[in-house]
Amino acid sequence: MLRHIISMKDFSRDEIDIILKRAKDFEPIARGQKSSLLSGKILATLFYEPSTRTRLSFETAMKRLGGEVIDLGSIEKSSVAKGETLADTIRVIGNYADAIVLRHPREGAARMAAQFSNVPILNAGDGAGHHPTQTLLDLYTIMRESSLLNLRIAIVGDLKYGRTVHSLAYALSMYHADMTLISPKQLQMPDVIKKDLKKQGASISETTNIEDVLGDIEVLYVTRIQKERFPDPAEYQKVAGIYRVTEELLKKARNNLIIMHPLPRLDEIDPAVDRTKYARYFEQSFYGVPVRMALLAMAMELA
Amino acid sequence: MKRKEADKNTCDGLLKKEMRVRPIQHGTVIDHITAGQALNVLKILGISGTTTAVVSVAMNVPSAVLERKDIVKIEDRELKEQEVDRVSLIAPDATINIIRDFEVIDKHRVELPEQLEGVMKCDNPNCISNTSEPVISKFTVNKKPVELRCIYCDHVISQGIAEHLI
Repeated sequence: MLRHIISMKDFSRDEIDIILKRAKDFEPIARGQKSSLLSGKILATLFYEPSTRTRLSFETAMKRLGGEVIDLGSIEKSSVAKGETLADTIRVIGNYADAIVLRHPREGAARMAAQFSNVPILNAGDGAGHHPTQTLLDLYTIMRESSLLNLRIAIVGDLKYGRTVHSLAYALSMYHADMTLISPKQLQMPDVIKKDLKKQGASISETTNIEDVLGDIEVLYVTRIQKERFPDPAEYQKVAGIYRVTEELLKKARNNLIIMHPLPRLDEIDPAVDRTKYARYFEQSFYGVPVRMALLAMAMELA
Repeated sequence: MKRKEADKNTCDGLLKKEMRVRPIQHGTVIDHITAGQALNVLKILGISGTTTAVVSVAMNVPSAVLERKDIVKIEDRELKEQEVDRVSLIAPDATINIIRDFEVIDKHRVELPEQLEGVMKCDNPNCISNTSEPVISKFTVNKKPVELRCIYCDHVISQGIAEHLI
């Protein structure tokens, strides 16, 4: 059976632990040690929306494992521009590659692609839906730089439209993390998602102010307020720049606090914070490589 | 005479109360439909103006149980369980009576199916099922309270279910 990677909901806690452990084994290869594990395999990357780190870290992971990458190229010049359906594109590319990484602006695109694909689909983001590889690398970062045990974490920013935080909160509930959600009222996590999390046994509290919790958490997960997800630009203007993590603010932090961010950032983390012992967002972006290696290996070794 | 006997022994409850619409010889009677939902019931069953079957609809009929109810009778067609179970989305109290020779040969309440395919439209406009892609909508069903979760985008429909019928 094909192992697609579509949503965190498809994973059990045990499976996540296996992936994180595998990622650890791949770290030396991610840092440059030679490997031919996926030699002879081809990965296709289909990005219908712009991406830098997700696409490049998938490519890096594949190449460092000895595999090759083919690319859809720019959407405007491809068959997509001629009106081809995603279902057809997937069936065609599936004949060329051993696995497909897909980012698409529509929610549910990856789930649908999996129905039509004869090779594993790795969801690299479907609209405001899921982004499981980001979540897994977030968990890995926490495991490597802090601890997933008895974790107290605050997630800050756009919790309404931000797809990464929904998946992350869901996964963290499997680790019984104590979560505080920090956002302006209009960007609070949707009720339906909170309900799902509570059903999972998640411990969630909400506030609008970072300072309220800074002394009680091990991880501060900061997200960008994404302009492109707002249906109304006026709504964006009201909340843009509302949170800003500064050295001054961090005086209230615990000694062992780490700050994470899926990047790219705008002004939500002051560049001066980069030099503090708390910053981990660049390590986090590196960890995308070993985690995606683990996922590629899992998907393609079975294929 | 024969007919009278049949009436007496059989779909009696239904018939006595509901002479507004004459009893049917063969077919399906959907009773106890939430008042006002009869036309949506036809829609959900795919019964449109092009159907050749004889269909009788009674709306806002006084009822002991529901105060007011709708009734739909479809002649010469025995609806299968999976066809009618979707009726429970909009009429949870509905009962299905299969009639042969004026007799109720099977009577049961509708029950929500675990999954619904191609009946509803996802109300997330950005869902992949609302595009020209060759997919039909599919939902997993939570029964209490009634909530439909799109298997593609995870969007949940819990209110105004009739409005989302395809």
